[in-house]
Amino acid sequence: MRLNRNAILLAAALSFAGSFAQPAAAATEIQFWHAFTGPLGEILAKQVEGFNASESDYQVVAVYKGNYSEALNAGVAAFRAKQQPHILQVFEVGTATMMAAKGAVNPVFEVMKAGGETFDPAVYLPTVTGYYTDLEGNMLSMPYNSSTPVLYYNKEAFQAAGLDPESPPKTWQEFGAALDALQASGSVCPFTTTWQSWVHLENFSAWHNVPFATQANGFGGLDTTLVFNGPTQVRHIQQLGDWARDGKFVYGGRRNESGARFNSGECAMLTESSAGYASIKAQTEFDFGVSSLPYWDDADGAPQNTIIGGASLWVLTGHPQEEYEGVAKFFSYLSSPEVQAEWHQQTGYLPITHAAYDLTKEQGFYEQNPGTETALIQMTAKAPTENSKGVRLGSFDQIRGIIDEELEAVWAGTKSAQEALDSAVERGNVLLRRFERANN
Amino acid sequence: MEKRVVFRSSPLPYLLVLPQLAVTAVFFLWPASQALYQSLLIEDPFGLSTEFVWFENFENLFADPLYIGSFWTTAYFSAAVTALSLGLALLLAVMADRVVKGAMTYKTLLIWPYAVAPAIAGVLWLFLFNPSIGLVAYYLKIVGYNWNHVLNGGEAMLLVVIAAAWKQVSYNFLFFLAGLQAIPKSLIEAAAIDGAGPVRRFWTIVFPLLSPTTFFLLVVNLVYAFFDTFGIIHAVTKGGPGKATEILVYKVYSDGFVGLDLGGSAAQSVILMAIVVGLTVIQFRFIERRVHY
Repeated sequence: MRLNRNAILLAAALSFAGSFAQPAAAATEIQFWHAFTGPLGEILAKQVEGFNASESDYQVVAVYKGNYSEALNAGVAAFRAKQQPHILQVFEVGTATMMAAKGAVNPVFEVMKAGGETFDPAVYLPTVTGYYTDLEGNMLSMPYNSSTPVLYYNKEAFQAAGLDPESPPKTWQEFGAALDALQASGSVCPFTTTWQSWVHLENFSAWHNVPFATQANGFGGLDTTLVFNGPTQVRHIQQLGDWARDGKFVYGGRRNESGARFNSGECAMLTESSAGYASIKAQTEFDFGVSSLPYWDDADGAPQNTIIGGASLWVLTGHPQEEYEGVAKFFSYLSSPEVQAEWHQQTGYLPITHAAYDLTKEQGFYEQNPGTETALIQMTAKAPTENSKGVRLGSFDQIRGIIDEELEAVWAGTKSAQEALDSAVERGNVLLRRFERANN
Repeated sequence: MEKRVVFRSSPLPYLLVLPQLAVTAVFFLWPASQALYQSLLIEDPFGLSTEFVWFENFENLFADPLYIGSFWTTAYFSAAVTALSLGLALLLAVMADRVVKGAMTYKTLLIWPYAVAPAIAGVLWLFLFNPSIGLVAYYLKIVGYNWNHVLNGGEAMLLVVIAAAWKQVSYNFLFFLAGLQAIPKSLIEAAAIDGAGPVRRFWTIVFPLLSPTTFFLLVVNLVYAFFDTFGIIHAVTKGGPGKATEILVYKVYSDGFVGLDLGGSAAQSVILMAIVVGLTVIQFRFIERRVHY
């Protein structure tokens, strides 16, 4: 058992050494629970280090708590046990859950005011903050990582199919023609998508200016009902279903599994988050292009604007006031143009302030990396309407699960688009009523 | 008539079982009672507003055709896992029992998969059958079968059943082998002298004498299929496609931890608890009578 004992000694020595690496006791600790690993986790750690180095009174301690669902769960469980962190990263589908939890959340606009930080909501990009703002215009959480879906396409596959690699399809009609050409050229997977509900129903609805749910997609209150089974959405899903039947659209999974099939060159076109840019660039060996999400050009009001996905930072209640001053300082640091611009350029997530957007332009980033501005143009080209501010629904994570299940039935050819969307709406509404009741 | 030996009561035995009782109370009785209480509430995730609703959560569940569907999925899944893992393990044990040369190596190799965590076992099989990168899926495509468990519910079910059964075969194998070795050789030899062939000897002597082991394994395997397979389902299919592989325990997780519907999820776990208790009681009361010890 000698080896074991050595291992234990080593572990003890390491943890002892580790305890010295912790911030000195004089500074107040701010707990920040997040859901980032890998390259994103490293960039986050760098931001936190940058803040801690600039600050002597407060030290932010970033703790990885698993994926988005797990981090939210950890936060909820910790709150019930009165061990909650100061800051919790919550994905966009958890927004309604957090907003409804009035006693658990310390709204960001109040945190900033009480913390004595200068806070002007006008410096933020409205299409980003709108998702996290209440009807009175108060910002409730701090947008952190926000992205929007765009179209990636393989330029070499386009060339092989006799398509112009510099003019990607702008509309779904042109898209259909491109699929035909790609298939004729021998492509086994002309098109695939990630996050099907987010791209092809939530963003699709906003992009075509049709409602996803009543009460301004849930912004107006908890008594919202799903209405994404309208003719515009049904037509689109039916078209995708037909493409799936003909082998032009290949379904790869509910999250971003399909990204690998685009990166490997198997699939020629991919709809994926703008934040996928960094990994696509790192993993592809061919020339690819980024273009805005296609739209049906015979639909009224299209293209409108797309909406965001990603996560924001929520401040939880139950800590002494002076600790919230540290939270406010950290948020000010995160919103600074330099930090934001760097974040935007490294990850493909959207900048949250106008200043960071302008700084990135000045630095010539968009010229050096063509396609990276697509997401921003797509989001900010028009002022958002009631249908395109975002989607705010209770139990949204589960509703997305229901949508995934129903869409899979369409791709498998066992249900028509109308049947599947009707059923998804009906099943989702049951959850919405339950959520309304639990939060009243 | 039974003879009972009655010991004079003294506090010592109670004292000795106290640690075990304490562990049971803290890790089972207390959480179970919490679940019972929670199942009568409709509550927001943070516990800020709570409504006591008696049995409404249960009524909702049984009015939900998807929940009833999950029952059937579970029944089908556990029956398939149990039958497959027991059958394979018995076959392997009978063969390993006969091997003379290198017996130890075979046995060790057969026991290995048991040391693999369910989630890892799931990922392993997922890699083999992944429609995009899986080796088996690739070979299937060559022989003309387009494997895609991401969309095909039957294939997804088959995959999780194989993964779950594969992991359990080792455990069953170990017990079957021990059971086989406990059968007196004289009985088998006597049958052989009487002219019974190997198949006949197996079905009339070995199999009935193995029944206590088989019975024990049946209980263990059913409980395994009901609960421990969570990791496999989570890693391989996440209950999909559609609801094709959403067994009861996975639905508890997805409603409670993804949907944050604590009341509904607690009600489901109460039902699950009742099912397992019921199954075990039935097995011991009715099936055990037919077991030869």
